[in-house]
Amino acid sequence: MITVTGARKAYGSFAALDGVSIDIPAGSLTALLGPSGSGKSTLLRSIAGLEDLDEGRVVIGGEDVTQVPPQKRGIGFVFQHYAAFKHMTVRDNVSFGLRIRRRPRAEIARKVDELLEIVGLDGFQHRYPAQLSGGQRQRMALARALAVDPQVLLLDEPFGALDAKVRADLRRWLRRLHDEVHVTTVLVTHDQEEALDVSDQIAVLNAGRIEQVGTPDELYEQPATDFVMSFLGAVASLDGALVRPHDIQLEREPAGAVRTRGTAQVRARVERVVRLGFEVRVELLAEGSGDRFAAQLTRAVAQRLALRPGEVVRAWAPVHDEARPLPSTAGVAV
Amino acid sequence: MRTAPTTRLGLRLLALGYLVLLLALPIALILVRTFSPGVEAFLASVRTPAALSALNLSLLIVALVVPLNVGFGVATALALVRGRFRGRGLLQAVVDLPFAVSPVVVGVSLILLWGAGGWFGGVESLGFRVIFGVPGMVLATVFVTLPFVVREVEPVLHEIGTEQEEAAATLGAGAWQTFWRITLPAIRWGLTYGVVLTIARSLGEFGAVIMVSSGFPGVSQTLTLLVHARYIDDHNTYGAYAVATLLMGLAVLTLLLMTLLDRKRSTR
Ligand SMILES: Nc1ncnc2c1ncn2[C@@H]1O[C@H](COP(=O)(O)OP(=O)(O)O)[C@@H](O)[C@H]1O
Ligand SMILES: [Mg+2]
Repeated sequence: MITVTGARKAYGSFAALDGVSIDIPAGSLTALLGPSGSGKSTLLRSIAGLEDLDEGRVVIGGEDVTQVPPQKRGIGFVFQHYAAFKHMTVRDNVSFGLRIRRRPRAEIARKVDELLEIVGLDGFQHRYPAQLSGGQRQRMALARALAVDPQVLLLDEPFGALDAKVRADLRRWLRRLHDEVHVTTVLVTHDQEEALDVSDQIAVLNAGRIEQVGTPDELYEQPATDFVMSFLGAVASLDGALVRPHDIQLEREPAGAVRTRGTAQVRARVERVVRLGFEVRVELLAEGSGDRFAAQLTRAVAQRLALRPGEVVRAWAPVHDEARPLPSTAGVAV
Repeated sequence: MRTAPTTRLGLRLLALGYLVLLLALPIALILVRTFSPGVEAFLASVRTPAALSALNLSLLIVALVVPLNVGFGVATALALVRGRFRGRGLLQAVVDLPFAVSPVVVGVSLILLWGAGGWFGGVESLGFRVIFGVPGMVLATVFVTLPFVVREVEPVLHEIGTEQEEAAATLGAGAWQTFWRITLPAIRWGLTYGVVLTIARSLGEFGAVIMVSSGFPGVSQTLTLLVHARYIDDHNTYGAYAVATLLMGLAVLTLLLMTLLDRKRSTR
């Protein structure tokens, strides 16, 4: 549905997008995930036509829109800071695109009523944006973007300015909305939890390049690079290899155990045992390197081991080397 | 510690005295002089053909200058805030020039440019009189009031940023639609202040206008020129006071309008 090929964009000598290609399937909700400054907004704005690419193409719904202005791309865009039209009521904000298109009054009224109900703002239609909460403003902005029946909906950190609780509520609400409306949606976020929570597909960006594209499960279970691995979910460094804390196994064993291929292992001293509901986190200090890391055990395993601070254990974890074919900068010596 | 309250009181009295002496006293004196012979005398003095013509001319100049300044001011502010072009720094400095240059100098340079023998003096032979005509006075007034709209609109444009306009574009609005429906409403208060300041200054401008006006009573005298002429040339001091009062009345009206608009704005 959206295809970006070889996108490059430089600000001066700095490459904000450094050869980005991505396919976004029709009807999907795709997250562009990456740290601040990785080029997410630049990519999204290029899809919208708000930014011109130096090189590369953007195809939406089979049509090459690289040279098409944002007005004619059939997109809806939602900004982090709402971009509410401050001098217009909620109703006028939502109907803006339809009024620009000179739709018949009755149709506008019907459509706006419908959208206001969907976003839960039917009681607020005569208010001005200044009289709404952040979450309400963003729902208004969403209704405004959806009013023109966009082919694709582009959201640039739409919940970034909201507090944690509202953010979590709104993103679930967005997911439900997406399941109803089925419009191809691209969501920019720097919050891995948000990306894992709502999206069908995640593209991880780093320094203007795409590191990996995949379903949340694929990215979590088979990260292609150390960057992806450490960006999605917790990681521990074990003997120079990145592993998930819940993949680490602890054994009370005599020193000098044989090293098996495909595993990373290290002798470590238990510093603290923390109970977190169903799970137990064991904080460890690696002997030799002096690295601190944590292992996540199930309660049953933890009870069986009955570890005490000060004890020395062997910590080991499988290393999915074959699942990470791309060359990585860290952990090469596994 | 003990001297502080007396020092403070002293400073306050000094400031107050300064204001009274410099602002309140002269204005009050003119008002007293104007109205001591009665309202009838005042009305008679400001209803002479020369006075009415001066009032008309002053208002005509305002009516011509305001749209010019609005158009130019908004365009310049947009260029200064949004534009990325060479010479932006130069434009910034040029906009403030009228604040730095004496109005008399403005008048002289306009004569040099448009007067007989000037660069553009040729238009006179085409029957279009600039210097010693209304166009010259309008040009002079435009020059001295040029920064007001630009400088009032500029910070507002900075503040609103470009997101609302980008949102409008993604919703299908073209450049003009976005300007009329989004940008203009967003800057309207800055624009209003700029216009009010322009009106006040246009009514009050003297130095630049006197240089480029022929100064004929009933033809090319603005209110300020009339005050001057009555006082200096006709030795009609009372007539000068009366027209000065009229000018002040117009200024007060403008300020009042601004306060009203301001109140309307804060209820929003
Ligand atoms: N208009 C601009 N001028 C100069 N640099 C920019 C501009 N916009 C973005 N950048 C730079 O490009 C990089 C990517 O920006 P952006 O796409 O906004 O990142 P993200 O949204 O992932 O935080 C950043 O380093 C940013 O500083
Ligand atoms: Mg961003």
